[in-house]
This record gives sequence, C-alpha cells and structure tokens, in this order.
Amino acid sequence: MTAEAKALPSKSYLEDGYTLSSWFFSTDHKRIAILYFVSITLFFFVGGAAATLIRLELLSPTGLFLSNDAYNRLFTIHGVVMVWFFLIPSIPNTFGNFLIPIMIGAKDLAFPKLNLASWWIFVLAGCFVIAALLIGGVDTGWTFYAPFSTMFSNGYVVPAVIGVFIAGFSTILTGLNFIVTIHKLRAPGMTWFRLPLFVWAIYATSLVMVLATPVLATTLMLIFAERVLGLGFFDPKLGGDPVLYQHLFWFYSHPAVYIMVLPAMAVMSELMSAFCKRRVFGYKVVAYSSLAIAGLGFLVWGHHMFVAGESVYAGLVFSLLSFSIAVPSAIKVFNWTATMRKGYVSLDAPMLFALGFIGLFVIGGLSGLFVAATGLDVHLTRTYFVIAHFHFIMVGGTVSCYFGALHFWWPKMTGRMYPEMLGRGTALMIFFGFILTFMPQFILGWLGMPRRYHLYPPEFQVLNVLSSAGASILAVAYTLPLIYLGWSLFYGKRAGANPWGAAGLEWLIPSPPPRENFETVPVVTWEAYPYPLKPQPVERKETP
Amino acid sequence: MGAILPTPPIGLTPLSAYAAEYDWLFFGMCLLSLCFMVPIAVAIVYFAVKYHKDSKADRSERISRRSRLILESSWAGIPFLLTLGVFVWAGKMYVEWATPPKGALEIAVIGKQWMWKFQHPGGQREINTLHVPVGRPVKLVMTSQDVIHSLFLPALRIKMDVIPGRYTHLWFTATKTGTFRLECAEYCGTDHSRMGGSLIVMTSADYQSWLAHAGTAISLAAAGAEVYRKNGCSGCHGANSTVHAPTLGGLFGTMVRTADGREVLADEGYIRDCITLPDKNRVAGFPPIMPDFSGTISEADLIKLIAYIRSLPPGARP
Ligand code: HEC
Ligand SMILES: [Cu+2]
Ligand SMILES: [Cu+2]
Repeated sequence: MTAEAKALPSKSYLEDGYTLSSWFFSTDHKRIAILYFVSITLFFFVGGAAATLIRLELLSPTGLFLSNDAYNRLFTIHGVVMVWFFLIPSIPNTFGNFLIPIMIGAKDLAFPKLNLASWWIFVLAGCFVIAALLIGGVDTGWTFYAPFSTMFSNGYVVPAVIGVFIAGFSTILTGLNFIVTIHKLRAPGMTWFRLPLFVWAIYATSLVMVLATPVLATTLMLIFAERVLGLGFFDPKLGGDPVLYQHLFWFYSHPAVYIMVLPAMAVMSELMSAFCKRRVFGYKVVAYSSLAIAGLGFLVWGHHMFVAGESVYAGLVFSLLSFSIAVPSAIKVFNWTATMRKGYVSLDAPMLFALGFIGLFVIGGLSGLFVAATGLDVHLTRTYFVIAHFHFIMVGGTVSCYFGALHFWWPKMTGRMYPEMLGRGTALMIFFGFILTFMPQFILGWLGMPRRYHLYPPEFQVLNVLSSAGASILAVAYTLPLIYLGWSLFYGKRAGANPWGAAGLEWLIPSPPPRENFETVPVVTWEAYPYPLKPQPVERKETP
Repeated sequence: MGAILPTPPIGLTPLSAYAAEYDWLFFGMCLLSLCFMVPIAVAIVYFAVKYHKDSKADRSERISRRSRLILESSWAGIPFLLTLGVFVWAGKMYVEWATPPKGALEIAVIGKQWMWKFQHPGGQREINTLHVPVGRPVKLVMTSQDVIHSLFLPALRIKMDVIPGRYTHLWFTATKTGTFRLECAEYCGTDHSRMGGSLIVMTSADYQSWLAHAGTAISLAAAGAEVYRKNGCSGCHGANSTVHAPTLGGLFGTMVRTADGREVLADEGYIRDCITLPDKNRVAGFPPIMPDFSGTISEADLIKLIAYIRSLPPGARP
C-alpha cells in the first residue's frame, strides 16, 4: 500500500490501475477474484459446449455425427473441465476470494501473493488440460479408472492428469489461505459466532480442500507412474489392484462433492437472510452442520463401490454413514425454509435462484438416498440415475447458487445493477430447464440405461429427446447472463453501497469497494444478520 | 418375501422375485421422498405469500428456545429414522444379492474389450448371448481379461463389476422366459456402449436341447484336465511325483492353512491366486516351489483348470 492510495480513499479497486499487469500481477483479493471469475467462465463455456454436443448426439439412438471415440472424449472433457476447472473453484475462488476478507473486516487475505500464485497455478493447469483437448483428447471419463487409464486408453491421459494434479495445488493454497485468514484476520469484535454463515461454510470447505486434495495428487501420480514408468499399482498384470484405485480416487472425490456443495450452502445462508430480512433460523446449528458435513464427508467414499467388489459389510457401513450425512444437509434446508417465516420476503432474482436451489437440492439429496441404499444402488449405480442425481446436486444446486451469488453481489463487485426482470427470467428458465433436462434421466437410469453410452436402445429415444430439449433451454439460460451482465457493466443503473438493504460488512463499504476495503479497521459490536437493520456506523476508529 | 408381492404396474417387468421386491422398495422410497418434498414446497410457497414484504402479516411472535429445540431435533430425527427403514430393507436385499445359494448352475463369464464370453459347465460357449433355464438359480462366475467391466441385467435389477485379476459373482433365479437386455455398465473404452447382448431365459427342456445343440462333447472340467496335463501340474501334484506338493482332490470349498498362519477358503479366487500369484497364499507345510503361471495360462484356461480341480474326488492325485 502506497501513501497515495491512502490519501485517496474513495478510489475503487477497479480504478486502481488500468494496465494488464495491474490485473495479472495484482495481489488484491478482489482483482484476483475477478481473474478467477473470467477464467472459470471460459471453462464453463468449454464444458458447456461439450455438454451441448453430447445432448445433440444423444438425440438419436445410433448417434448423429460422432464416432464412439469422439463421444468418449467429449464426456471426459466435459467432466474434467466442469469438475476441476469450474465447480471446485467456482464459488470459493470468486466469491470467497472477493468476500471473505471484507466479511470479516480485513484488508486482504492472509497471504496475498500466495493468492495470486494460486491463480497462476490454476491457469497453468488449465493450459495442460486444454492442450490435452487440442492434441486429441482423453477418453477415460473424469474418474480416470485404472487399469483402463493406465494400460489401455489411447487418449492423452498424461497431460490431462498433470493438469488436474497442478490444479490441485491451486485448490490447496486457496484453502490454506482462507483458513489462516479466517483464524487470524477477523476484525476486533468479529467473534466466531458473529461471522456470517458464508464464512463458516467456506471455512469448512477449506478444511476439506486442504485435507482431501493431496490424496488426489498422490493418486494421479500413481496413474502417471503406472502409465509412463510401468510401475504396477493398479493393473493386476503388473501385480496391482484395480479396486485400490477406486478407494483412493473416491477418498478424494466424495469429499470433493462437498467442496462443490458447501460453498453453495454458504451462499444460501446469505441470500435467504438478505431477502427475508431475517437472521438465519438456527444460526449455530447451520454453522455446525457445515463442519459436520465436512467431517462426515470423509467417511462415505465406499458408497461409490457397492458393486465394485468391496465386502458386503463395508458396503453396509458406508451406506449407514451416507444416510447420516444427509441429516446435516436436511437440517440446513429446513432452517433456510424456516428463515422465511415471519420475514419480509422479496422475490428478486437472487432469491429466485436461492429458492430454485432448495427445490433442486432437495430432489438431488433425496435421490442420493436411493443410491446410498445398498440394495437400491445395485440396480441404479453406473446408470443415468446417478448422472441425474449428481447433476441435481452439483449443477442444479451449486450452479444455481453460483448464479444467485453473481446477481446478489454483482452490484458490489461492479457498482452497477443488472436488469432485474432478465435476472428473474433467467432464474426461472434455469430451474425449469434443469428439471426438464434431468428428470428424464432419472427414469432412463431406472429403466437401465448405463451412463457413458454413445449408442442406446431405441426405446429410450423419447426420454433422451426430452432431456436434450431441456438442455437447449439451459444453454440459453446460462448464456443470457453473459449478455445482460456484460451490458450492465456499461449501462446498468449505479448501485449504492447497499442496494438490497442487506446486513454484512460488505454492504457498509462503497460499491465497488476501495482497494483497501475499509478506511479504518471496523469494530464489530453486533451479531450476524442484525435484522431489522438499524443505521450502522460505517467505520469505527481504532488505534492503528 | 418378493415371492408374495405382486408385480408393480409400471416400469420394466421384473424378471425375478428379487426384482419384484426391488421395485416395491424403489416405489416405497419414491413415496417417502414425496413425503419430504411436498411439505417443503408447500412451506416455501406459503411463507413467500404470507410474509411477502408488502404483506401486513403479524410478525411479532417469537418461538421459545425449548420449542425451537424440539422443532429442530424432530425435523432432523424423524426423517432420519424413516429413511433408516429403507437402509435396513435395502441392506437385506444387498446381502441377498451378494449370497448365491448352494447348488446354483454355474456359468463362467469373461469380459473383454468389447464382448462377453460365456461358458456353460458342459463346455458350451457363447458370445454376447446368455442362455439360462427358468426357475433355477444361476450363478455367474466372472472375470475380465483386460479392464473393468460390469455385467448389468436390468430386468433382474442386478449388476456386478467384472474385474481383472479376480472372480466376482452374480446370481439370480429368473421366473419368466423371454429375451432381455444384457449390458456393460462400467465404462471400458471405445465400444463400451456396444458391449451388450441378450439374456435368453428358456424352459428347462428348451435349455437342455439348446445345450445339446450347442455342440462340444467335452465338458469344462474335461477341458481342464487337458490344460492340467499340458502345463505339467501332475509333475508335482501327481501321485507319482517326488515333489512334496498338496493333494488337489477335494480341495475346493475347504479351509486351507497358509504358511503365515491364516485360514483361507479354497474358492475359485483362491485357486486362481495359487496359479497366478503363488506367493499370496503359500500352503503351510510345503516347500514354496509352486511356480507362477501368470501370463502363461489364459483366463479361459484358468476357468477350465478350476473346473477340473473342483471335479476331482477327495484324495485324487492325478
Ligand atoms: C514345481 C512343482 C509344482 C508345479 C509344477 C505345480 N505346483 Fe501347484 N503347488 C506346488 C507346491 C509345493 C504347493 C504348496 C506350496 C504353495 O502353496 O506354494 C502347490 C500348491 C498348489 C495349490 C494350492 C493347494 C492347496 O492345498 O491349497 C494349487 C491349487 C496348485 N498348486 C495348483 C497347481 C496347478 C493347477 C498347477 C499346474 C498349472 C501346479 N499347481 C503346478 C508345486 C507345484
Ligand atoms: Cu460420494
Ligand atoms: Cu463397458
């Protein structure tokens, strides 16, 4: 921080330099959030393009224009890009980055340079994956199951695996940064139980990031070692065990589901309280349930392997644990719903996204109980039922919340309002387009259509066409915000500091926030979500 | 239990008592899900209207700590207990799925990119089509020659992964004749979606005549005797051998004591490991000289060898 910057407190972070290097080498958490936002938006459209082609191809049971190999490459790139390059970084790295320091009353994250480094690492990782895509693609599926990925695949497994491996470091560093920041940089008076629930849930997410991602890195290294060096870990012909791979992979990848979902829950608590003008019902329970989800999330990985040769006893234990992890999630849903009671509910676009989240997440969660129940899963696993289940959670749930967050904090991040009616229309289109896309897939799975099938029995065509019709609505709905949010950057109505009348430190500072967030360190004397809002002092003096 | 239930009216016609029971559990779970979804949906709409920001609804009352606690624990506890019922029922079916009955008709299955090979005990072979008799328990003993596959029989509501390097099982008793889909459910490369075929359930008489017409006078076990001879197993295990090696007759299904003190059940997987991974379970009291045959004996020959060893009467040392 320079002396000049101090002298001009009203200068916003957006006006803090206009050169490319003032963005690419900025250590300002808000600018890095924007860098992430732009990069993951690009990846979202890469993954989305793959999804569009998949749904087009599946219009016909015999395929339309792709070979089997091309189709296999498409769903792999869709999965790899969407999971590691969109969903995992989505909410934490954009909104988490932007908001965590502001919400706790800090000037930046604990390690601003590390934060910038993690973005650069992410970009490097993205280059490997895009390169793998351009030189010919990967055909293993995002799960990289061995020994197919190590000994049999003729795709470019190595660059893709390296890309995901590197991306993991970006995740770990971000998680670490958040944990330290939340522990050490809270403003005076900002006790743990005065933190917005957003911070609690991102904190829980960060724990999972730091603890689970190294296992992924190790697993990918073993893939590399077996494929390139011929060291036998997973292929029985080399003395390895293919089921071991699945244990390692899901030990990471189930917690990774919570890396994708907890941040959505983080956003939910903020949206529900802001648009009901009411403190989140059962604040402490919601806070603790984030931690419970993060902890239990490490104990359920075996539910992916009920028919993969794990013992019946292990299967039953994993099943029971999976049923218990539904409890904290259910509690959250009930508490958000109860927040509406006796509130002042307004149905602006972010709130519509939030209510859409509840609808889709509840369906996703309940279908999760089907696949967590051993005997039921035997028939449903590896079919479209599973595809529908996790899309409801990760796309219906997380992406809805991502868009809800985008609309909610857009005025804060850019200083401009978006066109409200278009926002509401998009929220409705996403909800109904989503239902139309994925409901038929539940039925397809139940009727026995396996996932990752390029060609399928003709009796499944009607349901597939319905699903593709829904996907076309989704394609429009996901592209629309790009246009009207882009428009609003230049022509949108100027937003004041607090356009929603919401509580939270971020709404006490100007929109867009100044480089240093707060002119002086705020002193927090109120609980989280102090609705109905009383006029609050914008800044408090503190001894330097 | 499934036997006393009628067939549910919609969806794929269930092909076994297990499948019919499955459908009831599935529909039960659907109903339970609705019981959770509807109240949430109703509450959201009701609150959104009643407490809309412009409404003059009374917002004064606050719930007491106690009733709040009761409320929160009941909406966490009651659904959990209800779903536990599903956990138990599904668990019971899972155990059933994993436990083949004794005396089932055993058919060997080998998955490879991208076809299914089946071999009946009489030695009859078929590819991508599986003929089985109605009303008789059938047990599939499965392995893969390359990557992981998964044998999926949707009409029976069952599947099981087919894993290289080990044997897995799938069993069923079909209750109707007809032709049904058979699929690969684990992604296995280029032609994964074409790695399917049909399950043909026939009357006992039809199955017998199919077997008779499908050729091969030589049974699986007899073919195994040939493999046994060719690989020189009798050089050590035979009656005239000078090497101290265990008697293979009567071995199958017994408990074997290993050199490192474990008790292992001598099933297909065990015998397979003895031949391809001899170091895994060395038999107690014998010199560790059993050679490693991995790579020299094919998956198909291994299945024949195992059938042969199973067929030996107790004490036989061929
Ligand atoms: C060089 C001698 C030798 C040859 C050849 C040989 N074995 Fe063995 N086999 C042994 C010995 C010694 C043992 C016991 C020690 C051990 O487990 O390694 C044994 C153990 C076994 C066992 C486990 C027996 C038990 O009681 O648990 C099986 C099964 C077996 N062999 C099958 C075969 C087959 C099939 C072949 C031919 C493909 C074969 N063996 C060839 C020496 C031999
Ligand atoms: Cu999982
Ligand atoms: Cu397959």
